[in-house]
Amino acid sequence: MSATMNAPISGSSTAPALFDLDWRRIGTWGGLCALALILVSLIGMPVGLDRRMIIEGRLSLGYLALLWMPLLFGYVVSKRVVLEGVETPDPGARDVLAGFCTGVLAGLGPVLLILGIDNFNLREPLVNWGPPLLEQLTFGRGIGFGIVAWFGIGAVLGLLGSALHVLPKDVRRVISFVIYGLLSISVLEAVISDLSEGFGLESLTDEMYARRGGLTVKSSVIVAVVFGVFSMLMKGRVKSATSRYKELQGEERKRASMMLFSGVAVLCIVLPLFLGKIVNELLANVGLFLLLALGLNIVVGLAGILDLGYVAFFAVGGYTTAVLTSAESPFFAPELHFGFALIVVVMMAGLTGLVIGAPVIRMRGDYLAIVTLGFGEIIRLLFMSDWLKPYFGGAQGITNVPPVDLGFAVVTGIDPRSVFYLVLIFCILAIYVSWRLQGSRLGRAWMAIREDEQVAEAMGINTVNAKLMAFVVGAMMAALSGAVLAAKVGSVFPNSFMILVSIIILVVVIVGGMGNIAGVLVGSFVLIGVLGGPRQPGLLQEFQSYKLLIYGALLVFMMLQRPEGLVPSARRSQELHQEEFLQDAWLKGEDHDTEEAAVAAAAGGSEETGEQA
Amino acid sequence: MTATINRKSARRVSKVDRFLTFIRVFLVSLIVIGAVAFLAQQFAPDNPFARWRNPDAMGLTADQFKGLLMSGLSQGAMYGLIALGYSMVYGVLGFINFAHGEVFMAGAMTGFIASEKFNANGLWQSNFLLCLVLIIIMAIGISTLMAVLMERVAYRPLRNSPRLIPLITSIGVSFFIQNAVMGLFGPASKSYPQLPEWLSKQRSILTFEIAGTKILVLVVAAVSMVGLWYLVERTMTGKAMRAVAEDKEIAALMGINVNRTIVTTFAVGGAMAGVAGILWGLLFRGVTHMTGFLPGIKAFTAAVIGGIGNLGGAMAGGVALGSAESVAPLVILEPLGVPGVSQLKDAVAFTVLVLVLLFKPSGLFGERLSAEDRA
Repeated sequence: MSATMNAPISGSSTAPALFDLDWRRIGTWGGLCALALILVSLIGMPVGLDRRMIIEGRLSLGYLALLWMPLLFGYVVSKRVVLEGVETPDPGARDVLAGFCTGVLAGLGPVLLILGIDNFNLREPLVNWGPPLLEQLTFGRGIGFGIVAWFGIGAVLGLLGSALHVLPKDVRRVISFVIYGLLSISVLEAVISDLSEGFGLESLTDEMYARRGGLTVKSSVIVAVVFGVFSMLMKGRVKSATSRYKELQGEERKRASMMLFSGVAVLCIVLPLFLGKIVNELLANVGLFLLLALGLNIVVGLAGILDLGYVAFFAVGGYTTAVLTSAESPFFAPELHFGFALIVVVMMAGLTGLVIGAPVIRMRGDYLAIVTLGFGEIIRLLFMSDWLKPYFGGAQGITNVPPVDLGFAVVTGIDPRSVFYLVLIFCILAIYVSWRLQGSRLGRAWMAIREDEQVAEAMGINTVNAKLMAFVVGAMMAALSGAVLAAKVGSVFPNSFMILVSIIILVVVIVGGMGNIAGVLVGSFVLIGVLGGPRQPGLLQEFQSYKLLIYGALLVFMMLQRPEGLVPSARRSQELHQEEFLQDAWLKGEDHDTEEAAVAAAAGGSEETGEQA
Repeated sequence: MTATINRKSARRVSKVDRFLTFIRVFLVSLIVIGAVAFLAQQFAPDNPFARWRNPDAMGLTADQFKGLLMSGLSQGAMYGLIALGYSMVYGVLGFINFAHGEVFMAGAMTGFIASEKFNANGLWQSNFLLCLVLIIIMAIGISTLMAVLMERVAYRPLRNSPRLIPLITSIGVSFFIQNAVMGLFGPASKSYPQLPEWLSKQRSILTFEIAGTKILVLVVAAVSMVGLWYLVERTMTGKAMRAVAEDKEIAALMGINVNRTIVTTFAVGGAMAGVAGILWGLLFRGVTHMTGFLPGIKAFTAAVIGGIGNLGGAMAGGVALGSAESVAPLVILEPLGVPGVSQLKDAVAFTVLVLVLLFKPSGLFGERLSAEDRA
């Protein structure tokens, strides 16, 4: 990647001829895009996602899964690396031409696939090779049309992608706002129609969305215009609002934070009342995974311990609740109330955290990851085995976990709203605990260990205890989530606790932003809410069979491009970009004063965002 | 002042130490009791010690034991072949390539597709050996390609980042490949065509009743191991690999192309995993997109057992792990009165990993790591 990135800088001082392009770079990216298009098509996304409409009759999710790629690759191919001290030429016609060529090359991918499907039969190993895909790729209008169309589409999209660099900044903003707006309004269809139904505005959504799903053409134009205008109105306001918030001191800041907090709290409590069953179910799932992610955030994000067997604690929580509350528990069935069971759950989780944590705590970070993964798998295998069947019911698990009776309300899986409220309470508790822990002595010890264990030890931190505490606190949060899951579903099975769960939570934490509570919140809402959990569907239910693929790709992409996550913790991102940061500081001036000032300024910024989180 | 701090921290640490000692003693006594009970059972099935835990225990006949051992060995040889990839990459780059199991799965999958085609046009029945050589070559090709691509796309940009970053990336790569393969070839289990009679029938060698397939697996594994040994110890490429594993910067100063050597390392590891994939297909016949996951982790375990970075150790560790997980459930757990022991095979493998890391974290034959990873 680095080789291709450096290429366009060379020979920049004189304006080169229009066709003097970096053909190698275009070939690489265009070829990659073509291959990616073929791969995605053969994996079955265009056909499988075709049912879901984004804009009625015009654009389905299936086509969207293909179309975003030429656009992105066109954007990437004409992107320039801005380096200190090297003159970067202004983007111009050459870049647009490069995007165009990339797009045409990308179009070659689907074209080859169309010709291939038409002439050969590879149905045997490749399950998606066949008429439905051909039909989809040719837009149902014959081979010739498909071939021409794909070259055209590729060229136009590549051109548009690269043209984004040429357009003025404001126009770019408007365009991106419109695209995000259209997508999110379309994806949030279920939420919006539920809400409008709750407020008695069915007629509005009937107008907005087509009967088979997706925005109508008319409403998509309106949405686009609204978002375009909105983006122009909002220009600079968000930034100034946040900076004003950051500048607030003492009492005022406290008041502003309280207002913000109570606003969010009211929204969280009131909103579910207007939402239907499906969306509330979704919210409950998001809450469950948020709780898990908050726990893992402490272990991975703060203490820097990569625990891949995190699901073990989730399982312990679920099974402890089931054994203590269910009448069907095969060996020991005290049928306690959920509240009492919860106390035992937390204690069991802490104990398991210690038992699993103690042997692994002094291992190398990567060995620890694999060993914890082993533990996670061992616990599932034990719950499933015939050996422990008399105690935990084997593969059939424990059924008939009673709903939670709170006296004034009953929390059952049939009423997802109640589950959401229960989860909300635990989540708020967990957020409060993580927030207070972050700044505490223990939290600072964790961060020190994450940055450099040996130095932390030399500073007098008892690393073994601190790391064990991270395990224990994380385990408790996971176990609470497991307890709620048991009560929600009404049963526990060993197969609900696969390693997969650990990995998905890891993706949530990493995509959101390791070590940042706000990041974890964003991560779980975006990923679990839209794509869904290991078994739970999200807003885009059609993604069910592709979401693990997307999770994997996201994990790789984030690690390569933005290891600090969508909403980075300032300190963590400094750690990850330390080298670049120092280079920048070095380039800015020979004298060390500026360097130190830059470091200090960044550190000050980090503290503020840390507090905000 | 310092003295009190020292004493305090020493005391705190020792709590964990005491717990670790307890775990060690507990696990070892479990193994010893199990093994003694097994022996007691073998000598006198009615003795009270054997009856105490498991009244229904039958014990094993000599043939059963040999059979278990042989299947353990052949499976272990496969683990060993996969483990080589983990071990070499860890030795050179210092991170666990979690996606290496997927490279193995790709080899098995390639073998399935190719053998299915050969089966359709009759070559599989008429000239099995030719087919075998062809599918091994194809699997090596695909697996090598995959490993090299992986390195180029996902790991090279992360060469100098903190140790856990490439590990997390490789988890993502592993997930991506698993699910891409599921999307491409469907989720159903695919089964290799029937092996010819002369290969799959039981043979008796030195009183060992052993299926021909297992002999084939052992032979191919041994041949690949010798080839790898020759490559690493006797060629210039191998010398470069060892130099890069020792110290990348010094190796670069000596005129070694570090990037190319790292790619070679991935390629060789991938080739070994490809061979293992074919052997897996021949031995178990069923392949799915999840085939690579557990064997991958177990192979890593094998690499740790033998001492990571140590190639002979990886192979020995694989064989040790394979036999342990096939013999231990019946020899140790069954006499202890655990029912349904065959389900606990995987749990045994992970317990072996924990045991090795508790007793001898550097593996049985010592680890060989680069200078910067030794800390």
